[in-house]
Amino acid sequence: MTADELKALQIGKLVDARGTACPGPLLEAKRTIAECPVGAVMEVQSSDDGTIIDVQRWCKKMGYEYLGDREDDGFWSVYLRRVK
Amino acid sequence: MSENSTEQLLQDLMKRVEALEAKAPEDRLALGVMSGNLDQTIAAFIIAIGAAAYDMQVDMFFTFWATAALRDPRKTASKDMLGKMFGMMLPKGAGQLPLSKMQMLGMGPQMIKYVMKKHGAKSLEELMKDAASLGVKIYVCTMSMDLMGIKREELIDYPHMEYVGVGTFVDIFSKAKQCWFM
Repeated sequence: MTADELKALQIGKLVDARGTACPGPLLEAKRTIAECPVGAVMEVQSSDDGTIIDVQRWCKKMGYEYLGDREDDGFWSVYLRRVK
Repeated sequence: MSENSTEQLLQDLMKRVEALEAKAPEDRLALGVMSGNLDQTIAAFIIAIGAAAYDMQVDMFFTFWATAALRDPRKTASKDMLGKMFGMMLPKGAGQLPLSKMQMLGMGPQMIKYVMKKHGAKSLEELMKDAASLGVKIYVCTMSMDLMGIKREELIDYPHMEYVGVGTFVDIFSKAKQCWFM
């Protein structure tokens, strides 16, 4: 997905983990995915660019659909869909 | 192939599959934590939390110097002379652990804590709380506690804590896909 497509997605759950370092973003993603309705999109915001690969791998293992990532103003947003 | 021998073959296969399944390691992580250093203990908890985020069961076995990391500075316990001496020399909990490098008479840990805070990294105490909320289990080596005179009543209130020996750790890591000792 392009950055514009990602930005236009309707977000079911937003995780703002910008203030936390590793393993904060992954931990917050793990905690919030439980509250995310199946089929909805979750956005994880992080100021640590390691989160991009971390969340990609985590999605693959946990069975979530990784949609993409984009750089925002000093942080990164990664998008995934809870498919199950 | 006659129906009887097919049936027999199927039964034999089922038995072998069951035996294999019983022996197969599970998606679990076992961590042996020994050093009692701030840096290595933080690393152990970050890895534990990461694994828990992958829905892995995580079991941490605290032995030797690491048992002092579980002390609660607000708690006291009655001890004999030697136990009191050890108690004074050992760190009183996560907040007092030394660094494995750059200790610099206590300046090192203060500096590390400062930069960690600046970068939004959680303190060891906060990581322990996260681990507790994710169901990470802590097993404390009772022999180490005896040697150093550390009592149960002076340890932190961790919800998933058990007091065990090496036999439990072996049972735990024999079922785990990964086992690390740090």
